[in-house]
Amino acid sequence: MLEASPKAWRGGNSQHTRNLRCAHDAPEDVLTEAYPESEYWDDLLRVTAGRTNETLARMALRASARVRPWMKRHGVHFQPSLGGTLHLSRTNAFFLGGGKALVNAYYRSAAALGVEVLYDAEAVDLEIDADRFRAAIVKRGGKTERIAAKAMVAAAGGFESNLDWLREAWGPRADNFVVRGTAFNKGVLLKAMLDKGLASVGDAIQGHAVAVDGRSPKFDGGIVTRLDSVPLGIVVNREAKRFYDEGEDFWPKRYAVWGRFVAEQPGQVAYSIVDAKAAGRFMPPVFDGQVADTIEALAGKLGLDPGALAQTVAEFNAAVRPGTFDHTRLDDCRAEGSKPPKTHWAQRLDSPPFVGYPLRPGITFTYLGLEVDERARVKDSRGATVANLFCAGEMMAGNVLGQGYLAGIGMTIGTVFGRIAGAEAARAAQSP
Amino acid sequence: MSRIEELVASAAATEGARIMQICNACRYCEGYCAVFPAMERRLDFDANSLAYLANLCHHCGACFYACQYAPPHEFAVNVPKTFAQIRLQSYEDYAWPRAFAVAYRRQGAVLAGSLAAGISIFLLLALALAGRGGLFASHGASFYAVFPHGLMVSVFGAAFLFAIVAMSVGAARFRRALDRGQTTCSADENKWSVPGSAFSLANLEGGGEGCYVRAGFDHPPEKLRRWFHHFTFYGFLLCFASTSLATVYHYALDLRAPYEWTSPVVILGTLGGVGLVAGPAGLLWLKRRHDPQLLDPSQAPLDAGFSWLLLLTSATGLALLALRETAAMPILLAVHLGVVLALFLTLPYGKFVHGIYRYLALAHHEREAGSSALPEGE
Repeated sequence: MLEASPKAWRGGNSQHTRNLRCAHDAPEDVLTEAYPESEYWDDLLRVTAGRTNETLARMALRASARVRPWMKRHGVHFQPSLGGTLHLSRTNAFFLGGGKALVNAYYRSAAALGVEVLYDAEAVDLEIDADRFRAAIVKRGGKTERIAAKAMVAAAGGFESNLDWLREAWGPRADNFVVRGTAFNKGVLLKAMLDKGLASVGDAIQGHAVAVDGRSPKFDGGIVTRLDSVPLGIVVNREAKRFYDEGEDFWPKRYAVWGRFVAEQPGQVAYSIVDAKAAGRFMPPVFDGQVADTIEALAGKLGLDPGALAQTVAEFNAAVRPGTFDHTRLDDCRAEGSKPPKTHWAQRLDSPPFVGYPLRPGITFTYLGLEVDERARVKDSRGATVANLFCAGEMMAGNVLGQGYLAGIGMTIGTVFGRIAGAEAARAAQSP
Repeated sequence: MSRIEELVASAAATEGARIMQICNACRYCEGYCAVFPAMERRLDFDANSLAYLANLCHHCGACFYACQYAPPHEFAVNVPKTFAQIRLQSYEDYAWPRAFAVAYRRQGAVLAGSLAAGISIFLLLALALAGRGGLFASHGASFYAVFPHGLMVSVFGAAFLFAIVAMSVGAARFRRALDRGQTTCSADENKWSVPGSAFSLANLEGGGEGCYVRAGFDHPPEKLRRWFHHFTFYGFLLCFASTSLATVYHYALDLRAPYEWTSPVVILGTLGGVGLVAGPAGLLWLKRRHDPQLLDPSQAPLDAGFSWLLLLTSATGLALLALRETAAMPILLAVHLGVVLALFLTLPYGKFVHGIYRYLALAHHEREAGSSALPEGE
């Protein structure tokens, strides 16, 4: 197995994951109620707006119901949903210790099976001859070597950590993005395979992009960089203007689209502003917010125009209609006349101290990938498959996810198609 | 405390608060042990809260290997090591008398000094009291022929009483800190609940898989450390039971030592002694194989010292039992009693106190778990 990263960073974005979305018809160990495959499919159809390969998607969703015993056999432990994630207790099985614990367990299991792992070994290209994969070209220890093999599984991720490629796709806006995931998904192998004429799926600007704390590390910020204060207050852009309904729906259902909203704002930056009433009502953020006793002073600390922010807040406050605040349901607190309106959880910003957090778009992973068939075989541009070349993980997730996201489906696709690709590759290697 | 030690202490607290803010935003480790659910009940991590969380930590290492923010990540999260430093700080903060708090960071000198003193005192006493038969006689396995019963009772009674008083003051100080720290339960709820987890070491299990201290990334988690600790702890309790039973025999039943091999006193003491050899020896063996990333190197003497002291206590006790009918008995007895005296006197100033603070932290956690909701939304 070739791993492009050093040992400490192995496992790509799996190290940042925390759960697997899985179908089930009755309560299971860590899963409550039922989440039938049909509902999973409806959810997927909704978030992707139909941009999905139904055959492959249904394979992944169906297998998600049966995959956990295999995961357990290889050392993965499950736990009930984490504090603050009760809304996922029905649909998502959480890994004890999170994704890095899962990655560690898989590596231990692979070692026990005799799998040799080369770290700092980046597959940069491959040789295909007469519709068969022949060898991988690998950069390792400053040298380039050719490794011939009977079959290959490409599972090298998207291109989210390749800043040049991001800029190509998004334009100069990309310079203000942070990459929530691994620094090692540079898309080198993906590009090489696409250049070979293998069929692509998805488009380069689609991906998992969330609104994260603007002070996050450039790479590998992971889960803690999310900011859950948004629905409890207002969000303004660099000009101190509101630009989207902060109370449209529960934050866990919206945060994956807010990355895109922030990316569309000038400077790709926004600011979530709450007052004292929000304290303790959202998941504690990893960085302290800016705190001030007046809106004007807060604007100063955030680098916004104090007059403009005061005016935005005044307009918003004036638009707030009386209602019964309840952040655990879609309540009737609305700000109606404001532009844009806020449809739930609208409360006047009038109780100091006021707290502000900067937001930036955070890319978790990109969807542009390789088209595969039901056996995870890579297709070429004529629609034919390369018999002994397989693909798994983020690199082919775009077959199922044309756009949008469902929490935990990345691991569903990764686990199901990883197993298929592995089994098919073993079969291909044994056939003459 | 010296200026440098104060700086180290405040650095550990600052680091602890920094790390807990990251962990509280992540929560992936929630299923591993009591520390993380307790953390989720808090938004601020002051010194009292950190002392509580650090003493809840059993240092199994599971969270470190599972951590996406562990070094080389720039967040450099290392809960086990940071909490070890904060635990040591808490031992010092609650020590009585305060002046003796220096002992935790001078453990080598303290143990060497008290062992030398304890053994010398008993050897000199034996020499001074050597009457009939002198220093090299079996005395028919009668220890009281070497040291009169009253002498032993008064020396060990005083030493034990001192240790109990010192540790009780420390425990009371820690309980005050627990009540002062940010918490979500009222102080009077189930004040005296007994946490079963203190006796099962459920929190040393990394959520069920075992302890990770020598995992690195490649070694599977294992239950060995829990077993070694059980041998140690229950060995210690059996030895304590043996001594208590002997006291009952002596005063209530008028049955005097030496007791037969088949006497419950000797059986309990032997079983306990074996446990106290296997347990500490195992823990010392394992300690050398711990991943150094998890350890605070300045605490190596504190960690190893108590294990060695227990091992020395049980080894000399078993040797005494085996050779009590030979001429080596008086010297062996003096050495054993010297070691036991050193053990008693240093109980409040060594690793033994971790058990007291851990127990109180677990009891507090149980109390909290039975009460109101988490301080966050959703």
